[in-house]
Amino acid sequence: MPVSLDIDGEVVDVEASQDDLLLWVLRNALRKNGPKYGCGAAQCGACTVLANGIPIRSCVFPLSALADKKIETLDGLRAPDGGVHALQAAFILEQAAQCGYCSAGVIMTAAALLRANPAPSDQRVRQALDGNLCRCGSHNRVVRAVLRAADMMAGR
Amino acid sequence: MSPMLSRRNLLQAGSGIVVGLSLSGGQVVGQTTDRLPAYLANNPRLDAWLRIDANGDATLFTGKVELGQGVLTALVQIAADELDLPIERFGVVSGDTRISPDEGPTAGSLSMPESGTAIQFAAAEVRHILLDAAARRLNVPMSVLRTTDGVVTSPDGRKITYGDLAGGEVLRREATGRRAPKPAASRRHVGHSVQRIDLPAKFQGEPAFLQDERPEGLLHGRVVRPPFAGARLVGVSDSQAAGMPGVVKVVRDGSFLAVIASDERQAMLARDALERAARWEGEAPEVSHETIHEWLKSRPSDDSRIFSKTDPAPAAERVHEATYRRPFLMHGSIGPSAAIALLDAGEYVITTHSQTVFSTAPAIAQMLGVPVASVRLRHAPGSGCYGHNGADDVAADAALLARSVPGRPVRVQWERRDEHAWEPLGSAMQIELRAGVDRNGDIVDWRCDLWSMPHSTRPGGEAGNLFAAQTLAQPFAAPPARAIPAPSYGPDRNAIPAYDFSRQEITTHLVRDTPVRVSALRSLGAHANVFAIESFIDELALAAAADPVAYRLRHLSDPRAIETIRRTAQSFGWDGFVRAPGRGRGIGFARYKNLAAYCAVCMEAEFSADSGVVTIVRATVGVDAGAVVNPDGLRNQIEGGLLQSISWTLKEEVRFASGRVLSDSWAAYPILKFSEAPPVDVVVIDHPDAPFLGAGEASQGPAAAALGNAVSDALGVRVRSLPLTPDRLRAAASGAIAPRGKH
Repeated sequence: MPVSLDIDGEVVDVEASQDDLLLWVLRNALRKNGPKYGCGAAQCGACTVLANGIPIRSCVFPLSALADKKIETLDGLRAPDGGVHALQAAFILEQAAQCGYCSAGVIMTAAALLRANPAPSDQRVRQALDGNLCRCGSHNRVVRAVLRAADMMAGR
Repeated sequence: MSPMLSRRNLLQAGSGIVVGLSLSGGQVVGQTTDRLPAYLANNPRLDAWLRIDANGDATLFTGKVELGQGVLTALVQIAADELDLPIERFGVVSGDTRISPDEGPTAGSLSMPESGTAIQFAAAEVRHILLDAAARRLNVPMSVLRTTDGVVTSPDGRKITYGDLAGGEVLRREATGRRAPKPAASRRHVGHSVQRIDLPAKFQGEPAFLQDERPEGLLHGRVVRPPFAGARLVGVSDSQAAGMPGVVKVVRDGSFLAVIASDERQAMLARDALERAARWEGEAPEVSHETIHEWLKSRPSDDSRIFSKTDPAPAAERVHEATYRRPFLMHGSIGPSAAIALLDAGEYVITTHSQTVFSTAPAIAQMLGVPVASVRLRHAPGSGCYGHNGADDVAADAALLARSVPGRPVRVQWERRDEHAWEPLGSAMQIELRAGVDRNGDIVDWRCDLWSMPHSTRPGGEAGNLFAAQTLAQPFAAPPARAIPAPSYGPDRNAIPAYDFSRQEITTHLVRDTPVRVSALRSLGAHANVFAIESFIDELALAAAADPVAYRLRHLSDPRAIETIRRTAQSFGWDGFVRAPGRGRGIGFARYKNLAAYCAVCMEAEFSADSGVVTIVRATVGVDAGAVVNPDGLRNQIEGGLLQSISWTLKEEVRFASGRVLSDSWAAYPILKFSEAPPVDVVVIDHPDAPFLGAGEASQGPAAAALGNAVSDALGVRVRSLPLTPDRLRAAASGAIAPRGKH
């Protein structure tokens, strides 16, 4: 039986069961590239998407827990005017990655942070990202990029 | 070295490392050469490297692959400079065994020295050929022509584009090496920070990774791994799994057990069912992470004196000894290994994030029992790669599954526990150092004995190095691990100190038995060797009542080593350092492989006696990588290597017992978090006219050493076993553990 989901501003029906996990539905049925498989146990953050603006680990959430929630993935992240989101622009300016595999989860976590706190401190950004693992050692660039995005969004 | 050196010879010479050094190391940029760079000599056709279409857009072909370090961007920078063509007009074909030049593995911090140099010479020659063609067409001497952004202009204003010139046979010729690359002063891209060409797609949710490829008709495979190393599958009831929804096939070949399903989640559920139904037998060595170092010293070993030196010097007045230990470490890529394979019309096409497509393809062909020409590997980016992880093994898994469903592409995605439990680990090591000092406390005798398991079991064309092949009904035995010879070395990488000690004896004790899988992890033995050497130097400086920086400089004569240490210490503020309570500072230095980039690290650390937790207050890292291609890319690599090394050194230890890796999740194997990453200042020492020196692994060893020295300085007591965990440090600080070694 099709399940109705609100993903990146579109309501879509997917052939899936209620206990299917969101990550696999996003990646395989809906061909989203952003959310990545990393651990399947909510330990690394690579699969992070937003549900009603809150970062969740899509690898452990069954569809049944997501009825009526608005899901946002990196694939749908845009600036209010539809252009490149400030976070994406800032990540390019700061070259804030090495392999980029964790980037999607990091950017979505940061997007939620900046909506709640448009001018976070360096320390607050690090706290928000502590559940996202980066193995390449790009941590400081990522933090700089998030702070830069905050400045860009505030017109600073 | 002959320019006609064959690929086979290169492999025998140790992954081409020796060759890359001898050919590129002596070349001065801006000069021609009678000897082509090694990989250009092996692939001399210019159109194997560069092609230009009718629009004047170029395609760069390289055997090197993107591992997350920005190497393809750097290679395009080099080609763009030599060709006078903008970066955005380049496409790149990378790591396709059918159409890329065979440039060996992408490893060992060799992409710039090897591929960078080859592409530099190839592109310089291509530009010359285009100029020559333009001169004929315009009927003017070549010397009066100028090239800008892919257009050749004559003094009278006539223009002709590369697209007009490059048609037909013009690039179908062999490189001569007689066309000099540009001097540093004429470069527009090399030496300047350029944004990575691969990152925008990764930040915007576009298809950028192997995992994002979804060919038509894709099936999903999962493999059931043994419960411990050496276990044999003695029985499995596959009826339940075979009947589950979506399951296409259960594949069993000896102890290789896998399932193919049309949906990924179904494949995972079927794998779990198969795993429950499988019965295994076997024995594993009774050794664990707690006993590994005693076990290591108890095993038979291949002993080799890799270095000795007997210069005249005063007799030693005092002798110091100390023993240092490193546990098994894991690569821990954030994305578990994955591959897609398709068997179509007798040819296997395998999409992989392997570092070694050219030598993994023949290994897979051997496993499948098919001609090498029937297996094509094409590289696609995966998660960050820090050495020989599961990439080659999962490519073999995918090939085995594709064999059973011809015409259908199969993606095998290792799960997190597969990667944690079965990726080949960086070997545990024990390093015993002994130094004799003269009456001034200067080092006159230096002796090192190190024990390690192998640091490379890469496929190297042999099926027996592929995990799945070892478990088939007709198994391929793992061949003896290849030794990695001088000057790069493997377990003994950087075991020869950079210092001018008069008398030296360095002995490697290589233990070939392994209780868990092992292979190449970023910097191989250098992480532990530099940690040991540089810790010991600090202990000797302390005994001599000398400043650690000044003490190092007393024992060095290489001017670039001295400059790297001096500038790093100066930038850190070493001399004006004011010690706060509970804080310490440390320095570490090495020239990676004793032939690549020079790197020094200074760190300030704070120790909390209550929690045992170390906070790294700040770090400064200085690097001399010769000519720098992309300064921002270099900074990213050096800082990334430093932070990764902090993670290894402070937090990481693979726990295992009886062949079973117990660190099978991120909860069981914690790594550095955002809140734990210190501010890092990178000082780049550029030598624009010097050869490229590899830098991708340069900061691992010095960072570990600087951290160990800063922590010991803060504690007032030396800790010689890694990792520097709160329990270990608290115990050392309270005197509960007697420090190892004698003074």
